[in-house]
Amino acid sequence: SFSRTIYVGHRPCPDTEAFIPSKFCDNRIVSSKYTVWNFLPKNLFEQFRRIANFYFLIIFLVQVIVDTPTSPVTSGLPLFFVITVTAIKQGYEDWLRHKADKEVNKYPVTVLEDGRSVKKESEKIKVGDVVEVVEDETFPCDLILLQSSREDGTCFVTTASLDGESNHKTHYTVPDTEKDLQALTATIECEQPQPDLYKHNLPFLSLGPENLLLKGATLKNTKKIYGVAVYTGMETKMALNYQGKSQKRSAVEKSINAFLLVYLCILISKAVVCTTLKYVWQSKEGQDEPWYNQKTQKEKDSNMYLKMFTDFLSFMVLFNFIIPVSMYVTVEMQKFLGSFFITWDKDFFDPEIQEGALVNTSDLNEELGQVEYVFTDKTGTLTQNNMEFIECCIDGFQYRYRDTQSELDGFTVTDGPVNKLQQKKEELFLRALCLCHTVQVKEAGSEVLADQVDGIDGLLLQPEEERGFIASSPDEIALVKGAMKYGFTFLGLESKSMKIKNRQNDIEEYKLLHVLNFDPVRRRMSVIVQTTSGETLLFCKGADSSIFPRVRPEEVDRIRMHVERNATEGYRTLCVAYKQLSAEEYAMADTGLREARLALQDREEKLMAMYNQVEMGMSLIGATAVEDRLQEEAAETMEALQGAGMKVWVLTGDKMETAKSTCYACRLFQRGTELLELTVRTLEDERLKRDEKLHELLQEYHRKAVQDAPPVKAGVTRSWSTANQDYGFIIDGATLSLVMNPPRDADASQYKSLFLQICQNCTAVLCCRMAPLQKAQIVKMVKNSKGSPITLSIGDGANDVSMILEAHVGIGIKGKEGRQAVRNSDYAVPKLKHLKKLLLAHGHLYYVRIAHLVQYFFYKNLCFILPQFLYQFFCGYSQQPLYDAAYLTMYNICFTSMPILAYSLLEQHTSIEILLDNAALYREIANNAMLRWHPFLYWTVLGIFQGLMFFFGVRFLFSNPALQDNGQVFGNWSYGTIVFTVLVFTVTLKLALDTRHWTWINHFVIWGSLAFYVFFSFFWGGIIWPFLKQQRLYFVFANMLSSVSAWLVIIILILLSLLPEILLVVLRKPRGPHSRQVYFSLPFPLLSLNSSFLPYPSYFLIFSLIYILFCSSFILHHVLTRCDVTQSQPITRYLKLYSYVKQWLVSLLVAGLH
Amino acid sequence: MKNEGEAAKRPDNTAFTQQRLPAWQPILSAGIVIPSFLLIGLAFIGIGIGLFLTSQTIQVWEMDYTGFEKDSPCFRCTILSNQNCTCEVTFSLSTLFSVKSSYFPSDCSPYAYDSEKNPIVPCGAIANSIFNDTFELYQIINGTKKQVPLDGKGISWWTDYNIKYRNPSSVNSSFAKSFDGTVKPINWPKPAYELDLTDPNNNGFLNQDFLVWMRRAALPQFRKLYRRITDGDYAAGLPAGNYSLKVHYNYPVLSFDGRKKVVFSNVSWMGGKNDFLGIAYLVVGSLCVVMSVVMLVVYAKFKFSDDDDDA
Repeated sequence: SFSRTIYVGHRPCPDTEAFIPSKFCDNRIVSSKYTVWNFLPKNLFEQFRRIANFYFLIIFLVQVIVDTPTSPVTSGLPLFFVITVTAIKQGYEDWLRHKADKEVNKYPVTVLEDGRSVKKESEKIKVGDVVEVVEDETFPCDLILLQSSREDGTCFVTTASLDGESNHKTHYTVPDTEKDLQALTATIECEQPQPDLYKHNLPFLSLGPENLLLKGATLKNTKKIYGVAVYTGMETKMALNYQGKSQKRSAVEKSINAFLLVYLCILISKAVVCTTLKYVWQSKEGQDEPWYNQKTQKEKDSNMYLKMFTDFLSFMVLFNFIIPVSMYVTVEMQKFLGSFFITWDKDFFDPEIQEGALVNTSDLNEELGQVEYVFTDKTGTLTQNNMEFIECCIDGFQYRYRDTQSELDGFTVTDGPVNKLQQKKEELFLRALCLCHTVQVKEAGSEVLADQVDGIDGLLLQPEEERGFIASSPDEIALVKGAMKYGFTFLGLESKSMKIKNRQNDIEEYKLLHVLNFDPVRRRMSVIVQTTSGETLLFCKGADSSIFPRVRPEEVDRIRMHVERNATEGYRTLCVAYKQLSAEEYAMADTGLREARLALQDREEKLMAMYNQVEMGMSLIGATAVEDRLQEEAAETMEALQGAGMKVWVLTGDKMETAKSTCYACRLFQRGTELLELTVRTLEDERLKRDEKLHELLQEYHRKAVQDAPPVKAGVTRSWSTANQDYGFIIDGATLSLVMNPPRDADASQYKSLFLQICQNCTAVLCCRMAPLQKAQIVKMVKNSKGSPITLSIGDGANDVSMILEAHVGIGIKGKEGRQAVRNSDYAVPKLKHLKKLLLAHGHLYYVRIAHLVQYFFYKNLCFILPQFLYQFFCGYSQQPLYDAAYLTMYNICFTSMPILAYSLLEQHTSIEILLDNAALYREIANNAMLRWHPFLYWTVLGIFQGLMFFFGVRFLFSNPALQDNGQVFGNWSYGTIVFTVLVFTVTLKLALDTRHWTWINHFVIWGSLAFYVFFSFFWGGIIWPFLKQQRLYFVFANMLSSVSAWLVIIILILLSLLPEILLVVLRKPRGPHSRQVYFSLPFPLLSLNSSFLPYPSYFLIFSLIYILFCSSFILHHVLTRCDVTQSQPITRYLKLYSYVKQWLVSLLVAGLH
Repeated sequence: MKNEGEAAKRPDNTAFTQQRLPAWQPILSAGIVIPSFLLIGLAFIGIGIGLFLTSQTIQVWEMDYTGFEKDSPCFRCTILSNQNCTCEVTFSLSTLFSVKSSYFPSDCSPYAYDSEKNPIVPCGAIANSIFNDTFELYQIINGTKKQVPLDGKGISWWTDYNIKYRNPSSVNSSFAKSFDGTVKPINWPKPAYELDLTDPNNNGFLNQDFLVWMRRAALPQFRKLYRRITDGDYAAGLPAGNYSLKVHYNYPVLSFDGRKKVVFSNVSWMGGKNDFLGIAYLVVGSLCVVMSVVMLVVYAKFKFSDDDDDA
C-alpha cells in the first residue's frame, strides 16, 4: 500500500470499523555488517572479491591440486597471513559498530502507556507509541509532535547531525488536538518511508513537515514534548539517509592494479611460451620419452590436452612469484606504520584542545601527495566561527571598541567630535542593533551556549543575567553583543514585545509589529516596531549595495568610505538604516504585508514587492564591521596550497558577501583577481529569463577565462601562472542547481562542461549558499571530470560530512562544531594550518615512498623470476626451479623485504623543511608522476636487463662447471645459488643507491639483510635438516664461496647490473630549485654528511659488518671442511686472504677511529 | 589525573617520531664517482689480465667419442692419440638431462619401485641413468702400452662423501645384506653394493662416481670430473707422447641426439679453463675507465655551463 495508517497510542479510532494492528519494523538500528555466525563466510567472500586475493587463492589451489615444482606453503602462508590480518581488522571495526548500535538501541526512553510513563529501551518503540522527549535529548524515532511544554505549542530542534544546520528550527504541535493525551484517539495516515530529508507528505489531518520531528535531531530550549512514533528503526529518515562509509581507494592502488595486470600478462605469456616450447621440443624424436626418463603408466594414459593444461598451471605456479603476495603485506604495513608519523607529529599537536592529528584510515597516506583540488568549508575551517564586533561607523564617525577603562563605557570615537546630536544618533544606532534581528534569548539559568565565549566582560552583566543568544546567523549575535558592550542590552522577546535595557539601566519596551525576513536576493532585513510613546519605527540592516540605493544619497558618501575600507580588511559589513513611519504609512504597510502574506498566488513576489515598497526612503545611521577571525595562518596555508598547484574551492553555506570577504582575507582572491560572478543577483535581468541569462553569462565567462586565456603549455599539466590575469569564480547554490538541472535537459551536459572549464581555469572558486548535498555534488562533479583529479575536502561541521565522504581524501578539523566531521573524515587535524604540512611534507613523502616501494617490488620480482624463466630453456621445460624452495620463499619475506620497508617509512629524498618552504616541489609529483607508465617501463627494463645479466653471466661461467681449483664441478643448485646471491646483493644495493636519507635504521636493515642472507645460506646449507627429504643445498653455499671464480663472477655481475643506474644518477643534470637547494645545503662536495651526525658510527657499522661477514664465513668454512685432505689447499689460501683482510680492516678501523 | 592523561596525548618529541633521525645523505656526485670508476676500472683490468693469462695457460684437449660418424675413432670405441697433454682427465657429455621427477623430493617416480613393487635402491631417474662408460688410459712408449694410473678419490664433494650420503650399516658384517629386499635400478648392470669391486669402500651410496653423478648438472651441456692423474710417474703431468684411451662404451646417447666427449685438462686457482671471466673483467674494466673519461668531459662541460648560469 502507498500509505500507512497509524493509531495514536494503539487506540482504535471509533469511526473505523476494526482495529488492525499492522506490522511495522521495530526501532532497532543496524549499521553493522556481520553477525557472529555469518562473519567468516561473508568476510571471506568479500575479501576474495579483491582481484589480488582471488589470484593468490587460485595459485594456492593449483599448487595443492596439481603436481607443481613448489610447495603450496610458499604461497599459502602469506595469503593466510594477509587474509587473517584483514579479517581481524574488519571484525574489530564491525564490533565497534555493534557497540555503537547497541548504545543507540538500548538508550532509555519514556513511553506513555495507558496513562503511565514507562521507561523502555529505544529499540522497543513501536509505531504508534507516544514518546516523551526532554530537552537536549535526541529523538529516538521520527515523531509527530503532539504536545509541547511551551505554551505556544512549539518546540525548537536542531538538526545538526542530520544536515549540519546548527540553528534552531521551530516545530509546531498538531493543531486542534486534545490536551489530554490519554484520551486522544486519532489515526495518522502517512506515506511509506522515503529517504528525501526535505520531502514529507503527511496528507491526513493536514500535517506538515513542521509537525514532524526527525530521529537524530535534538530538542532544544523546550522542556518536554510528546510525540507519536510514525517511522521507526530502519525506516526513519535518518536510517534511510545513512550511507555506509564507502571504501576509498587511492590512485596508487589503481596503479598497482594496472601494473598487476601487466605482470599477469607477462606471467601468462611466460607460462604459455614454456608450455608451447615444451611440447614442440618433446615432439622431436627421442626427446618425448628418452630412455633415462620414461613415463609412468598414468602419464601415458592421461589426456594430452589435460597434461598441457596442468603443465601450463605448473609453469604459472613456478613463475607466480613475479606477483608477490608480500607486496600487499608490505604496502599495508607501510601504510599502517607510516600513518603513525602523522599521529606522532608534534607540529600537529594543538595545546588548546590537547590533541594531535588523528588518522582514521591509513589507506590514503600517499593520496595526500596527489591532491589537485581542495574543497574547503569556510565557517570554522577558514574562519574560527567566532564573530566579533570590531567597529562601527555612526554618521560618518568611526567608533572602535577599546578596553573598558576608556570613556563612554569603552565606546570611543576615534575620529571626530562628540556632541549631543552625535550621542543621540549613537543611541539610535545602538537601539537599531538591539531591535533589528531575529535573535532569541536563551532563558537565564540554563546552561551557557558555546556561542557565548566571546570576550564579553562581566562588568555589564551580572552573573545571574548571563545569557546565551540563539540565532540562525552568528553575526546577528555578534551585533547584539556589540550593542551590549556599548550599553544596550537586548533582554528578549516576549509575546511580541521586545525589551532592551539602555545605558541608564532603564528597560525600554518595543512592540514588534513586523519582521521583514532576510533573503539572499534582497540581502537585507527589517523590523517594524512601535515604541511605548507610540512612534512606529522601521529599522533595516543589510548589505551596503542593497541599503545605499534606499537611503538619502547625501548620507551615503560619509559612510561608504568606511564600509569599503572595512570590506577590504576582510570584515563583514552591514549598513543600518531607519525610517519613522507615520500612522498612515504604517497602516498602508501593515495591510499590504498582511495581504501579501495571505495571498494564495505569487505570494513570494507580492511579499517581495511589499518589502521593497516599505524599505524605501530610509535614512542611513551607520555601518557595522564584524570580524569572523581567520584561523591561524589561514592565508599562508592557502597561499602554500595554491603555490603547490592545488586549486582551492571554498564551499560554504554562508552568504556571498561574507564568504567573499573571507576569500579576500585569506588571499584566495587578490586585488588583481577578476571575479566572475554567477549568482542569483547577476542572473536578475529585466530583458532575459533566468535560464537565458545563465546561458549568456556562462558563455561570456567561458570566453574570458578559457578561450582568451593563453593556452596551457604542453607538459605543464597544471595551469598555474602568476603572469596571467587571475580569475575568481563565484556561484551560489540556487544558480548551481540551475546549472546542474537546467529547465531544458538538453543543456545539462553543456552547462556542466562550461561550468567546469571556467572553474578549472580560475585560481579560486567560491561556492556560497550551498546545501550540504550540493557540496558533495560539486566535489563529485570535479572528481568525475576529465583526468579524474584527486580531490580533498576539509571541513569541521556536520554539514561538511557529505563532501568529506565524497572527496578522495576527507579531512576533518577538530573544531567547535562537534565531532561529526572528524568521525567521518579520513584524517583529522586540530587546525587548518596543519593542512600545509600534512600535504606538502607528509603527503609528498608518503607518495614518493610508496611509489618507490611499488616500483621496486615489481622490479625485484621481475629480475628474481626472469632467470627462473630462462632456465626452463636449459632444462627441457621440465619446470625445474632454479632456486631452492627456501630461497624462493625467503626472498620476498626475509632477504629483500626489510630494506624496502625501512626505505618506505624513513626516506626523505628532500628534507621536510625544504618541502615546506618550496610549495612548488609538490607539483613535481603531480598526476601520479612516479607511477605512470614511463617510470614503470624504466623499472621493468631495468629488471629485465638485470635478470638477463644474472642468468647469462652465470651461464657463461658454467660453460665450464669445473670452478674449484681441485677440478670438482658445480651442479644446478650451485648455479641457482650464484644467481640468487648476485640477485640479492644487486637489488639491495640498488635500493641503497636510491636511498637519500641514511638513518641508522637504513644502515642496519640494508647491511643486516645482506649479512642475514649470508648467514642463512651458511646455516641452511650447513646442517642436514631432518625434515627435508633432499638436502639440495647442503654445503652448496660454502662450496661456492671457496671458488674464486664464483666470487669474481658475483662481483662483476653486481657491478655490471648497477652500472647503468649509477651512470644515470651521475649524469642526470640536477634540475629544479630543490636540487640546487640540496646541493647548497650540503657544502661538502664529495661525501656530504649531516652535521648533526657523527660519521664514525656508520663507517664503523659498515666495516664491522664486513668484518663479521668475513670472519664468520671463514670460520664456518674452516670448521665444516677441516678434515679433508683434498681441500686443505683452499683453506690455507683462505687463511692467508683472511689474515690479510683482517690486518687491512683493523688498520683502517684504527685510522678511522683516530 | 586529567593532566597526566592530557600529557600522554602529546606526541613524543623524539627524533624518530618526528622523522628527524640523524641521517647520512650521500650524493653520488661526479666528484666521487669519476675517481672511483677509474679505480674500479683499473682494478678490474688488472684482475681481468690475471684471469685471462691464467686461463690461457690451462691446456685442454678434448675429443668427441660419441662414435656417431663412421670414421670416428669411437666407432670402434677406442681412440689412438699422440697429444702431449697434462694431468687431468675429464669427460664431457652433450645431452639434455632434465629430470622431471626431481622436483618432488620424496618422489622417485617412476623409478621408485619395480614391477613387483620392490623398492629400487638408489631410486629415481638420476640414479637410474648413471653414466657408466669407463676409461683406461695408456701411454704408448715404443709400441708398448703403459697404463696411466687414474685416481678416483676426491672427485666428489667432500661433504657429499662424508656427510650427506651414508651407507646403511652392514647386516651380519655383510654389506650386501643391508640391501636385502631392494632391487637395483633398472638400467644398472650391477646392484649398488657392487659398484666398485676393487675397493670395498667405494660402494653403495658412497661410490665417488655415483656421487659425482648425483650432483646434478646445471646445464644440458655439462662436464663432470672423472679421474685425476696424480700418481706415480705422471704426478707432474702427462709427458708428451702418444696415449691411448680405452673406452668401455656403455652409455647410449644417440637416441636423444646426445654427444659424448672426453676432456683432458689441467686446473688452476680459477678452476678449469674459462676465458669468459677474464674477458668480462677486461671489458667491464675498460668500460669503467672510458665512462670515467666521458663523465669527466660531461661534468666539466656541465660545470662550466652551470658557472655561466650563475654568472
